[in-house]
Amino acid sequence: MRGKFRERTRRRVFVLGDNIDTDQIIPAKHLNLVPTIPEEYEKLGSYALSGLPDGSPRFVREGEARSQYGIVVAGKNFGCGSSREHAPIALGAAGVEAVVAESFARIFFRNAVATGELYPIESCKPLAEEFETGDEAELYIGCGRITNLRTGRTFELKPLGDAAAVIAAGGLFAYARQTGMIGGGKRD
Amino acid sequence: MALTITEKILARASGKRRVEPGENIWVSVNVLMTHDVCGPGTIGIFKREFGEHARVWDPEKVVIIPDHFIFTSDEKCHRNVDILRQFAAEQGIRHFYDVGTPRYKGVCHIALAEEGHTRPGEVLFGTDSHTCTAGAFGQFATGIGNTDAAFILGTGKLLIKVPPTMRFVLEGEIPPHVLAKDVVLRVIGDIGVDGATYRAMEFAGEGVERLAMEERMTLANMAVEAGAKNGIIAADDVTVEYLSGRARGPFELVKGDDGARFERERVYRAGSLEPVVAKPHSPDNVVAVREVAGTRLTRAYIGSCTGGKLSDFRRAAEILCGRQVAIDTFVVPATTEVARALETTRVNGKTLVRVFEEAGCRLSKGASCAACLGGPADTFGRINGPEVCISTTNRNFPGRMGSKEGQIYLASPYTVAASALRGAITDPREFLA
Ligand code: SF4
Repeated sequence: MRGKFRERTRRRVFVLGDNIDTDQIIPAKHLNLVPTIPEEYEKLGSYALSGLPDGSPRFVREGEARSQYGIVVAGKNFGCGSSREHAPIALGAAGVEAVVAESFARIFFRNAVATGELYPIESCKPLAEEFETGDEAELYIGCGRITNLRTGRTFELKPLGDAAAVIAAGGLFAYARQTGMIGGGKRD
Repeated sequence: MALTITEKILARASGKRRVEPGENIWVSVNVLMTHDVCGPGTIGIFKREFGEHARVWDPEKVVIIPDHFIFTSDEKCHRNVDILRQFAAEQGIRHFYDVGTPRYKGVCHIALAEEGHTRPGEVLFGTDSHTCTAGAFGQFATGIGNTDAAFILGTGKLLIKVPPTMRFVLEGEIPPHVLAKDVVLRVIGDIGVDGATYRAMEFAGEGVERLAMEERMTLANMAVEAGAKNGIIAADDVTVEYLSGRARGPFELVKGDDGARFERERVYRAGSLEPVVAKPHSPDNVVAVREVAGTRLTRAYIGSCTGGKLSDFRRAAEILCGRQVAIDTFVVPATTEVARALETTRVNGKTLVRVFEEAGCRLSKGASCAACLGGPADTFGRINGPEVCISTTNRNFPGRMGSKEGQIYLASPYTVAASALRGAITDPREFLA
C-alpha cells in the first residue's frame, strides 16, 4: 500500500483488544519471507493477523491475499514485541490503510511510519467498544476523526505530528529525498 | 545542564553539548547489527533506495549475525543466509559470523558482547528488539526495523527522538536465590508492558553494581518488554573487565551527571525481592513463585538471549546436579562460545554438559534462538501442541514458542530448573542450600 493514501477513506473495520503483539500480527514461522521480494510481500499480507487466538474471526479469508478490512481498531500497546518490520508490512500488504489504537508500541509505530505502509493513529479514548468487526467506518486522516457509519457516532483522533508527512510521502526514504536529507536516488 | 547517561551518549553522537528529552536529533551510528530474519529485507531496501551497486557507509561498522532460523530444513531460511553471505562478500563486511564456519556464533545479542561490539558510550542499532541488551555495557542500543536499518547502511545516520529516562534503583544486595530475571520481571510486573514506552530504563544502585555482566545483560535485555527504547547501566570496572581482550577498539566510560533529571524514579529494597514468574500470556502478568507453586507443567526450556548465557546454565546446573528432571527439559546455549564452555565449566566437579545429560535434559547441538520464537516446525524445543512450558526466555505471548495452544511461564534459570525437577512450578529455595 506504500504511499497510496487518501485523506478520507471508507473501509470495513476489524476490532482487536489490548497488547496485540507482533507474533499475533505475523507469526514467526512466516519470517522466512523477505518483504522486498514482491511475491513474498504478497504472501505476508495473506498471513496478516493469522496469529490471533483460535476462534477469532479470520482477518484474511482462506486462499485470498488481501483482507476485506481496511481499518484495524485496537486497544493499548498495539504491535508490542519484536522489531520485525514484517508486522506493519503484512497489514499494509493485506490492504490495511490505518490502525486506530489507544496506543502503540514504539518500534511498530516507527516501522509503520518508516515503511509508509499504514497510518498508526492514536484515538483519544478507547474505541474497541464503539466498533464491531465488519462495521463500515469513515476515517478523515487530516482532521483526525473516525465515524462509525452503523451507529453514526464520530470520535476524535490524536494528531499524527511529525509522522504524518513521512507517511504521506511514502515512507522514510521518500521523505528524506523530498526534504533534501539524502540525495536523488532511483526510486519510483 | 546535568544529563543522564542516555542523554550524554546521544548528545555526543549528534555533535551537541546537550540534548533534551523529546528532541529529534540525527545521530551517527557506531555499530549496525542485523541477522537472518531482518537482514535480507534490509539489504533489499538498501539496494532499492541507494542502487544495485551502492556501498555501505562503513563496512567495519556493520555486524551480521545469523542466529534465528539456522538448524532447520526450510529452504527459504537457507536462502536468507545466502543473501547475507553474498552481501557480506560484496561489501567487504568482516564482522559476519557465517553459519557452518568456525566463526558461527549464535544469538546475536550475546554474540555482540562476546565479540566486543558492545562498547560503552557508543550508539548501536540492531534490527532486533532485544538490541537493548547491550545497554548493560553503558552503550545506547535499541531495535529498529528494516527501513531504518537500510537508511543507516547507506548514510551511517538516523533521526531519533531523545527518550526521557526512568530510573530503577536497587538498594542493598540482591539475595542469592533471586536472579536478575526475577528483578526485571518484578519491574515489568509493576510498570506494565507499556510502562516505559519511548523511555530509557536506567538500572542503578548497589544491587546492580554488584551484578556480573551476564546478569546485567538480563536486566537490559527485557527493557523492551516494558516498551522501553533502551535499557542502560553505567559502565564500571565489571564492564571493563568483561571487555578486556574482547572490545574491538577503544571506548570511554560515560557516567550520568549528578543532578540529572529522571522522569520517574523507583526504588527497590533488593533484600525484599523474591523469585517470580510471568504467567501466560504477558510478561507483566507477574506473581511470586509461591503464589502459583504446584502448577502442573509439561516442559521446561533454558535458552535465548535472556536465559541462555553461561551463568544461566551454571545456575540451572547447581539445582539439577545429581537429580532427575520430571518433564522434557530443553537446554539451548545462546552461542557457540557458551556451548563450548558447557563442556569445560564444572559444578560439583562435573561438567555442565554431564550435569544436564545425567539429569535427563535434551541438549541442543547447535547454538541459536531455537524455540524462543517458535520458528519453522522442525525447530528444536518448539511447542507444537497444548504444552505448559516454563522458560528462561523473555516473551510469553500466545504462540510465541510455536503453537497458540501452548502456555508459557517466564522465570529465572533457578526457578526453571527447580520446576523441571518437580514437573510443577517450584520455588528454587527448596533446592538451594
Ligand atoms: S533468543 Fe529469542 S528474543 Fe533473543 S534474539 Fe533470539 S528470538 Fe529474539
